[in-house]
Amino acid sequence: MDYTLLFIQTLNGVQLGLLLFLVASGLTLVFGILDFVNLAHGSIYMVGAFICASLTFITGNFLIAVLISLPIIGLVGYLIERLVARTLYSRNHLDHVLGTFGLILVLDTSVHLIWGPAGFAVPLPEWLDGRVELFEGVVVPTFRLLIIGVGLAVAAGLYWLVNFTKLGMLIRAGASNRTMVSALGIDISTLFALVFALGAMLAGLAGMLISPITEASISMGGEIIITAFVVIIVGGIGSMKGAFVAAIVIGLIDTLGRSFLDDLFKLFMSPQAAETSAPAVSAMLIYIIMAVILAFRPQGLFPPRVR
Amino acid sequence: MKRLITAALAATMLTAPSFAAEVKIGFVTTLTTGAAVIGNDMQKAVDLAIEHMGGKMGDLDVNLIYADDGFKPETGKQATDKLVKQDNVDFVTGFIWSHVLLASRKSALDAGKFLISTNAGPSPVAGKLCHKNFFSTSWQNDQTPMAMGEVLNQKGVKSLYIMAPNYAAGKNMVAGVERTFKGEILGRDLTKWGADAQLDFSAELAKAKASGAEGIFVFYPGKAGGAFIKQYQQAGLRDIMPLYTVFTVDGLSLPKLQAANFEAVLGSETTGHWAPSMDNPQNKRFVADFKAKHGTYPSNYAAQSYDAMFLIKSAVEAVGGDLSDMDAVRAALHAANYDSVRGAYTYGANNMPVQNFYLLEIVKDADGIWTKKVTATVFENHVDTYAADCSMN
Repeated sequence: MDYTLLFIQTLNGVQLGLLLFLVASGLTLVFGILDFVNLAHGSIYMVGAFICASLTFITGNFLIAVLISLPIIGLVGYLIERLVARTLYSRNHLDHVLGTFGLILVLDTSVHLIWGPAGFAVPLPEWLDGRVELFEGVVVPTFRLLIIGVGLAVAAGLYWLVNFTKLGMLIRAGASNRTMVSALGIDISTLFALVFALGAMLAGLAGMLISPITEASISMGGEIIITAFVVIIVGGIGSMKGAFVAAIVIGLIDTLGRSFLDDLFKLFMSPQAAETSAPAVSAMLIYIIMAVILAFRPQGLFPPRVR
Repeated sequence: MKRLITAALAATMLTAPSFAAEVKIGFVTTLTTGAAVIGNDMQKAVDLAIEHMGGKMGDLDVNLIYADDGFKPETGKQATDKLVKQDNVDFVTGFIWSHVLLASRKSALDAGKFLISTNAGPSPVAGKLCHKNFFSTSWQNDQTPMAMGEVLNQKGVKSLYIMAPNYAAGKNMVAGVERTFKGEILGRDLTKWGADAQLDFSAELAKAKASGAEGIFVFYPGKAGGAFIKQYQQAGLRDIMPLYTVFTVDGLSLPKLQAANFEAVLGSETTGHWAPSMDNPQNKRFVADFKAKHGTYPSNYAAQSYDAMFLIKSAVEAVGGDLSDMDAVRAALHAANYDSVRGAYTYGANNMPVQNFYLLEIVKDADGIWTKKVTATVFENHVDTYAADCSMN
């Protein structure tokens, strides 16, 4: 067993997991607190990546572009809530799905019309584009460490926000009983709009962070949204802690599956069979995990205590 | 009254051929999703070809119908069915993706139409599933990586790590390089492909690095190519594991890589049957006019599509516009008697091009634009491996 490789792959898995957490946390906030199924969450992730990519070319600096893009994508989220989501709250989940599916088509086509189908390769500043040697033989790209750092910081920030601030208290209260909260004189519709905008900012941030690695492209939203739903189902819908744990677990399973499954399969089947079946099985792995969790713990690993 | 109607009907039927004074061509490609970059480039080349022909093939007007495959085999098959049944086209052409072509070929061929692939060249259509009405203006998938394997032997590379997407063409590319490469294969990864393709290769790159191979061979067409090259650079593999690619760094990814000032690709090498630098009148006109119109170099996808239009034109002219004589049209297509942008080539017994393959280098042109340039010939008049499996009937 090569422990250096195992360590690097674990790090890669954690990085993927934290990126998934950024997307899933916004999704679980909106789903759990507003009781609103937002399929278009992935499209917001894509729009964030494109806005940031354009600003990177205008400002010439990726980090400045991210800082400017965050309020813009928050505003986009706010507008979506006002124009589309708000009218759908009182309806059932199927209507949410239909409405936000339409939104996906609108957003994807808008991006196609504005930026073209090609997408962007996003350049990084020199000091982020290199590598760091953590210790002997373990060299990782600097930018992936940055993603890990930002992901952990956002997780800590959300924990603080939800548990120790007045806004967090209102969010939790609104989730358990929205009628009571508004009866106490709280403007619940503004609160929900804020939560939606926060979710959009989290998704947008994830899109911005991934684009220097995989490019900003139109289909990127569809690529992540399914996995993000798997994460919140495994973690327990509405639970921030669940989203965090499940995202890391899914990220690790996916990465380690892709790296070591073929070696594992070679122990009991021919190398050819192992090489063709391993990628197929590793692509299914996270869904198998979800199926198992749903069978034994349908409410997810960490269901929220209220509701 | 009844007689009058009959007469009128008969008259319409008699005059019907005059309505058909056009050649109908259906072009199936990807016009939505991120892969639309490729489809759009093909479309630009086809439109340019029609413009260069003055909208006519012989005496016939060209009626071109584009159809979108949505990067999905099932959608591609539906699009082909529609072209064949509803529009009743004479030629079905296009096809970027091997899996889309494999799903759609039967619809076109069973209806007795000519099918001309302008990119996809999966092994079955060159071998067991070869068909007298199927032609290609590109290559069989294995050929370009086979040329790369040969280049690696010449360079004395002893061990290789291989990465490609997990679909028909990806497997063909891997088979191709493994067929000619004489050194040791230290590992291979087939990654998830399609609308939700895997684009983050951190795990695979870490494995490649740990394998200690002397080089890495990859095939990542479309947007995945740019993503791979960025991560390859970020992982710092450039100094320890040189990159050898096919269909990864191309006319579509280079402008993006240049915009992001990604100098790592300059000087890197690939193989192919065509490059914008090739010196023949047809290619010079094509490249110059394409650049003047769209501001970028055409990709190989564009070149192959441009060729397909002129191949069809040569056949239409050879039969004097009488497309009902299928045997004559087929013979004219097989003769490949037209000016190809790659220079002259012939068709083998399986209707796949028998052509040269070259070593190409990524360079800056006189204006500082990044492009591909031919540096050496690897194979001359190369016949694909599967031609032997083809028993044409």
